[in-house]
Amino acid sequence: MKRTFLAALAALAMSGAAYADTIKIGVVGPFSGPFALQGKNFKAGIDAYMAVNGSKVGDDDIEIIYRDVPQADPAQSKALAQELVVKEGVQYLAGFYFTPDAMAVTPLLEQANVPLVIMNAATSAIVTKSPLVVRTSFTTWQTSTPIAKVAKDAGVSKVISVVSDYGPGVDAENAFKAGFEAAGGQVVEAIRMPLATNDFSPIMQRIKDSGAEGVFAFLPSGPTTLGFVKAYNENGLKSGGIKFFAPGDLTQESDLPALGEAALGIQTTFHYAVSHDSPENKAFVEAASKAIGNPAELSFPSIGAYDGMHVIYKMIEATGGEQDAQKAVDAVKGLAWTSPRGPVSIDPESRHITQNIYLREVAKADDGTYYNKEVQTFEKQGDPGLAAVK
Amino acid sequence: MQTVLSIAIDALAYGMVLFVISIGLSVTMGLMRVVNLAHGAFAMIGGYIASYAARDLGLAYGFAIVLAVFGTILIAIPIERLLYRRIYGAPELTQVLMTIGITFCIIGIANYVFGPTLKTVPLPPQLQGSVDLGFRAIATHRLFAILCGLAVALALWYAIEKTAFGVKLRASVDNAAMAAALGVRTEIVYAVSFAVAVGLAAFGGVVGAELLPVEPYYALRYMVTFLVVVSVGGAGSIPGALLACLLLGGIDTTGRYLMPEFGEFFFYLAVIAIICVFPRGLAGRAKG
Repeated sequence: MKRTFLAALAALAMSGAAYADTIKIGVVGPFSGPFALQGKNFKAGIDAYMAVNGSKVGDDDIEIIYRDVPQADPAQSKALAQELVVKEGVQYLAGFYFTPDAMAVTPLLEQANVPLVIMNAATSAIVTKSPLVVRTSFTTWQTSTPIAKVAKDAGVSKVISVVSDYGPGVDAENAFKAGFEAAGGQVVEAIRMPLATNDFSPIMQRIKDSGAEGVFAFLPSGPTTLGFVKAYNENGLKSGGIKFFAPGDLTQESDLPALGEAALGIQTTFHYAVSHDSPENKAFVEAASKAIGNPAELSFPSIGAYDGMHVIYKMIEATGGEQDAQKAVDAVKGLAWTSPRGPVSIDPESRHITQNIYLREVAKADDGTYYNKEVQTFEKQGDPGLAAVK
Repeated sequence: MQTVLSIAIDALAYGMVLFVISIGLSVTMGLMRVVNLAHGAFAMIGGYIASYAARDLGLAYGFAIVLAVFGTILIAIPIERLLYRRIYGAPELTQVLMTIGITFCIIGIANYVFGPTLKTVPLPPQLQGSVDLGFRAIATHRLFAILCGLAVALALWYAIEKTAFGVKLRASVDNAAMAAALGVRTEIVYAVSFAVAVGLAAFGGVVGAELLPVEPYYALRYMVTFLVVVSVGGAGSIPGALLACLLLGGIDTTGRYLMPEFGEFFFYLAVIAIICVFPRGLAGRAKG
């Protein structure tokens, strides 16, 4: 028994590191189920990066192995990550759409000697759970803080905050409150609504009754967003002059065709808009649209995945294909490059991405489609949420 | 006072949308004794057809509704002949397993054909915008949904209680063998009522699309709500379903307005309380 185990261990060691000519990257994300669109975006970002930069780093071939966790499921996520490390022998773990899934995997990293590159999960605390975590997406704090300043600058001093009652919603509520009060504004009321809310009319009535001049909202992207924005229009809040502020999750590109006219003029702050005007982004959108098939489905997780792949390629370059998680992570600390979303860098302290946050407004293009038009840039934003969790 | 009126209006609108979508399920469960978990899937198919007709083909809204209702029935007929016919009178577990399987198939097909993004049914200009009621504004399409709900309730009540077909249907449900012996073609009666139930689902899917947007997981996302309405109202009873929808809509809306932090606590508390007092629902019939 012991001998078989040793033999297996030896085989594992031989197949890893030194003799490796294929480096495997395990990507965990929602590839089926209600969030399949976001997983599809992961895949589009990864495929786009490999189409542009080739599927080789040095002499080593890169192979991506996908594992599906349809809904937030920490136990399954951990089991799949374990399987990827032990059975498939992956040198890098990446992906992760939901925070709990990413959190569940962090305890494995050190022993497995594997870095984790997070391509979406947006709760600040994840990077503090292991020194081997690098994040290339955003945090809710990061995208929700600048909108507080926007609201104040627009002459609004009393705001009611309305968020979905779950982790990121609470994050958004706290981030906005901190930012808005620092700017001298007042949050008159904070409402948390259940995730399964279908009818938002009563909430809109509540907003009206609160006497606020503006509303800050956070809901997960998808069907509920549509109901919320429509209710905002139909209950006379828009015509009543109550301003609408939100992070960009609410107006993600794949929801815009459905939101349409109702979303026109809504201001959001976010790290990426598919419409971002730069040569890097043009190249990215072209490659990613090809990878995803239908360009209308392209949305923000694709950019997290694209830059995540960039970070992993740099890690592989730095380690020469050897499996050395710490060295790989150290190599990308402070790494700066021009991403399709603009100039970005990995903060050496937190290992979270420092990036521009853009203020966007939903606008109608000449061809009748709707897009997020970038109107203002907040340069080099770190993650204010880390200070809050410490 | 204004707040009370305001809540009442919202509750009425939400309740009626629920009613239009759920009443078809009440018919299948109560009159045909089939636990049809695929009901939401049929509503979703209706929504997709209407969205395709109105958005991509540019047809008028009314025409899109008609197309959605009959298109969904056309799709449902082979499903009824090949699959549902086998589970009439089967144990509930068999019915649940098969209909949930159908639901997953439809979700997969919808995802493949229409993609995972949200689809909307564009409203005609007459239904867009909002109406000022004096003390508050309400969306015009909500008023339309309220009217549709009332019309459906009246028409169904008339068809089941007052027409010859309604008599045959009630006879077939109570005792299929005896009804057949008396010359009622039970197969046809069942097929027609199934088609009506599916058509109502599709109709509800289209009319309610503003509140419950159409996307592949529609079929599962709102299933619990539909089932709750039917069990609280009492399967097969139209006044029961109407009462349940208004009651639950009212409780849900009030709870959400006054204490949104408690989420659906009051909604389910009310459901538990009602089911404790009326195990067969508000207007349930005793098992025949």
